[in-house]
Order: sequence, then structure tokens, then C-alpha cells
Amino acid sequence: MDASQRPQLEKQKADINYILKEAPREQHFITGAQAMAEAVKRANVDMAIAYPITPQSEVMHLVGDIYAQGHIKEYYRAEEELGTMSAIAGAARAGVRLFTATSGPGLLRGLEAIVSWSGHRVPAVLGILTRVVNAPLSIQPDNIEMAYMMHCGAVMLHAENQQDTFDYTLAAFAITEKVDVYIPVAVATEGFFVTHAKGYVNMTSDDLCLNDFDPVAAPVPAMDNETPPARIQRDAPVQKSNFMSYLIHSVWQQEIWDSNQRAMKYIYEYLGGPIEVQNPEADVFVLGSGCAAAQCREAHRYAQEDGLSVGFVKVKAIRPFPTQEIRDALKNAKAVIVPEHNIIGWLCKEVKAAIPNGGIVVEGPRVYGGMTLPVELIMKEIHTALGLEYDLKL
Amino acid sequence: MAEQKKKERYNIRISGLGGQGVVTTAHILGSTMDNAGKYASLVPFFGSEKRMAPVEAYVRASSEPIYEVGEVVYPDIIMIYHSQVVTHGKSYTMPFYTGLKPNSLIIINTDFDVLNEDDIKVLEDLNATVVQFDATKLALDIAGTELATNMAMMGMLLGLTKLVTTENIEAAVKERFLGTSFVSSGGTAMLDSAIEKKFKKKEELLAKNMEVINKTFEMADQVDISGSELIVRFDV
Repeated sequence: MDASQRPQLEKQKADINYILKEAPREQHFITGAQAMAEAVKRANVDMAIAYPITPQSEVMHLVGDIYAQGHIKEYYRAEEELGTMSAIAGAARAGVRLFTATSGPGLLRGLEAIVSWSGHRVPAVLGILTRVVNAPLSIQPDNIEMAYMMHCGAVMLHAENQQDTFDYTLAAFAITEKVDVYIPVAVATEGFFVTHAKGYVNMTSDDLCLNDFDPVAAPVPAMDNETPPARIQRDAPVQKSNFMSYLIHSVWQQEIWDSNQRAMKYIYEYLGGPIEVQNPEADVFVLGSGCAAAQCREAHRYAQEDGLSVGFVKVKAIRPFPTQEIRDALKNAKAVIVPEHNIIGWLCKEVKAAIPNGGIVVEGPRVYGGMTLPVELIMKEIHTALGLEYDLKL
Repeated sequence: MAEQKKKERYNIRISGLGGQGVVTTAHILGSTMDNAGKYASLVPFFGSEKRMAPVEAYVRASSEPIYEVGEVVYPDIIMIYHSQVVTHGKSYTMPFYTGLKPNSLIIINTDFDVLNEDDIKVLEDLNATVVQFDATKLALDIAGTELATNMAMMGMLLGLTKLVTTENIEAAVKERFLGTSFVSSGGTAMLDSAIEKKFKKKEELLAKNMEVINKTFEMADQVDISGSELIVRFDV
């Protein structure tokens, strides 16, 4: 289908602050995949490119549908993930708003290109619908791939549920395009547990969309493809000397991580901060991100009903990591339980490193291979931390 | 956890075979709760999706917001759509009632007694109630197709728990089969199209589904499952 055959939509364009904070919303009972696609619909995306992999495929299938409905200007399926992620980088040179998504093994296959996005200042939004990576084959959620993503410079948000998936994806477009950030923003959430599960999402009208992308407001201007020769990289480091090449590269890496830090003020502006804290005076805290945060939230509710001194911390931003915020939230904690959906416990390691008394961190419970994390396992850890018995029959 | 929480909150595990409408039930149950102004979250288990392969879906239904995600490991209610889930171990847990909480409910679609002595002992210790009836025969008798088995199962669940009204259910069934917002997998879309051909009109399909559900409500009204024997049998 070429562009002329698609409907031409009349939409009201608005600032992200209006869309996220003021525009009227209506509640829908939809899957996480639908929520992400609906956010893409409202983000006035110019171009989406993807290669299908379960459980991401439902998101990009739906993005294909909204392309056909006229909400996106260009969309195609690439040859595989490295091609997808390279094409996203290439499309960024043309100065357009970009979206793609992938899962587990697909993310790893595209990772070489993805890690170059930050250095190339690619303002793309990447959906990560998490999935098991290792053999034997499983398609279930396990957020181990996020550990591989954490060191490439991208801003990373971790959505707890369908509502977060919608809001974070929209906010991601605004954050990635800030001139003082201008590095990719990844929005991760667990495959199936969110993508294929229905939940409540308050959404703005789809007649309303984000203002057009402004490629001029960029630290790296888009290529002028009309006036040859178009130059991809000005003053390419390798064309100086070896020494200059190393120097420029090291300075650039510092700049990328500074850009990452500069995203924090926008995380405050659009997401109300990188963490959420409930019951800050508690003795024992449950701390989680993504779906583990959902399980922690439920455990926190049960603990409140049982009159236990338990607090809850949800980590929304994985990069930039909210070190100071977590340190402040846990300053009086006697124990911190960090449930996770991966075997290595990447969040637990970060939390341990962030606080001066890392020994109070309880490692787990952890589930992996796509297993469910029952709230009962968190309750057992809470009771243990408080020196109480908990009868968990298996 | 405290007993009063259990009354407001049902964690439901639905086990069946591919093609029986397990995932469809979960979607309709979720919408039913939504229509009733209550809360639900639902998630299917994804594995080897094909006809006759084990399929599970999970629904959490509550009068309060639900945060929890993922498969239901500790269910209050288990629905078994095919006797092979029990007899051939076609469940993602072995035995099929693993994780069942005390005082819980199991609904089984079967025309014979599927539980062995060991099962009965465990379930008696848990003070469970097992409701057995031939949902497939009921579906065939009333709707003329075994594809309405899931409606009979869902009707029995809602009839026994009285979570919602028939109006709430009707709106949800209508949304699933006549609405535009449902995203189905390839296999489900094929079954939908097969069943649409069978019923010339979708409205007719809806009416037949509701007849099945109303019948199960009548059946459920006949018994009080609290304080009953372990196994309650309904003749179809």
C-alpha cells in the first residue's frame, strides 16, 4: 500500500505536556501490545521498521495496522534485526521520528547496531517486550536482555503494566528528542504478562497527537539529501590521527553518559520522577521494576492489610539509574527485598551498589526462564525479614 | 493470607486443550468483570499452540484493583475443559491441582469420574469442592456445537460464584464476537470464521451462547456448594 492509498487523517497536534498531563482520557481494557501501539499512534511517528519476534510481533503487527490507517507515514519489515536497527539509524539521518520494537534474542541480534545509536545520536524509541534469551527455547518473559542493554548509553524505562506502557512510550518520544538528551529511549515491559494480558489503560483521544518532529532542533543535524554530497559524519575521527580518534571517542562516550544523566530532569517532568515510594517509614522494603514491581505492589498491599511494617519502591528508570533517590528512600530500611524476573539479579546488584549498607539487600526471590513470580514468595521473604513465620504450601 | 481477602478476589486457572476456547473464555471473563464495574486481569500461557495441545489461561477477578501479573500459581478456582488434562496430565502443573488454595473450587468438563483416590484425598484435605458436568454435551444439545463448551464452563463458574449478572456477560460475549477491538491469533481467527459460517449470522451465535450460559445458571442455582460433598455432579 503506498501513501496515496492510505487515509489522510486530520489530527489535532499538541505538546507532550498537554497530552500526558491535561488532555481528557478514557478508560480502555486492552493488552499491553495494544497500549504500546496506541501510544505510537498518538506520537505522530514518521517511520517504523521491524522484524517480527514473539512476543514483540503483536506490537509491530498493530503498528502495521495503524500505518494502514494513516497514523504513520512509513513502515516496513526489515530483513532481520541487525538490518532493522541499522535502518533505524539510517532513517535518523533523514530527520524523522522513529519507532521499533523487539524481544530477547531479537534484541541481541540487533544489539551491535543498537549500541551505536547513542553515539550516532539517534532519537529513536525502542520497545523491548522482554523474552527469554538462553537455550532451551522458551518464548516466555524473562528480562535478562535488559542487562545487556544497560551499558549502551540508551535511556531505559521499565513499565509495570499496560498503563505505564502507554504513558512511558509517549514520554519516551519527548525525552529522546530533547536537544540535551538526543539518545535513544528504550521502553521495556515483560512479554505476555503485559503484552498479551489485558489491563486498564486511560488513554487520550486518538484524534490528538504529538507535535511534528523537528529535525532542525538536533545536536546532529539531519542530512540534506537534496543537496549532494550528503555527509553522514562531519570530521570523522578516524580521518584525523590515531590519537585524535581515541580521544574523540572517549570524550564522546562521556558525552553520551552525560546526555543520559540529563534525561533525568525529563523523567521527573513526564513520569513524576524515576522512582515511586509507598510507606517511606517502613522497616522492610520491597523494591522492583517492571512486572516485579507489580508483584511487589500486591505484596505491599497484603502486608498493609496484615499490619506489617513494609514499604514499596518502584524503579521506573533503569538508565539513568536513580542512585540518589534510592539511597534517600532506603536510608532507614533494615532490609530490602528485590524480586526479579531474571537469574543474575541486575537490579539487585545496582541497588546494592547504590546504598552504603548493601548488606541489607535480600537477593530475590528471582524467577527466570519465563516463570511467574508469585506474590506468595515475596510474602515469605517479607515474613523472614521481619522474623515471622509464613506457611507457604507448595 | 487472611480469609476475607479470598472472598473478594478469585485467582482462576483454566486448563484445556487447543481449540476449546480457553483463551477466549479468559478474554470474555475479563470483559464481564469490566462490564460489572469490577476489576480483572488476564493472561494466556503461550507454548505450542495447536489443536489438542495443552492450553492454559489465567484470570484474576476482584472488586478491588489488581496489580499482580503472570500465570496464576496459587489458584482459588481451577477450570478443567477436557478430561485429558487430568487423565493424561495435559496441564502445565502435575498434578493439575498443584498450588490450589484451601476451600477452593474446581469445575471439570467430563462425563466420567476423572479423579483417582490420591487426588480425592488431597482435595478433601484442602476442603475443595469439585463440580463435574458434561459441558461439551450441554453445548452440543443447546447450541448445536461443541465450540460452545467454553460458554457452558464460564456460565457454570459465574453461576456458582455469582460474580456478575447475565447482562454483564451478554455485553462481554457481544463485544468478543461482534466487536472490533479483539486481537486474535491466527488459529483463533480461523475458528471464529469457521463458527461464523456455521451460524449464518453472528447474532444467532450470540443467542445460542447466551442460551448455554442461562442453562448453566439454572443448574448452578440448584445447589449450594458451600458445605457440600467433595464432588458435586450435574446430569446433562
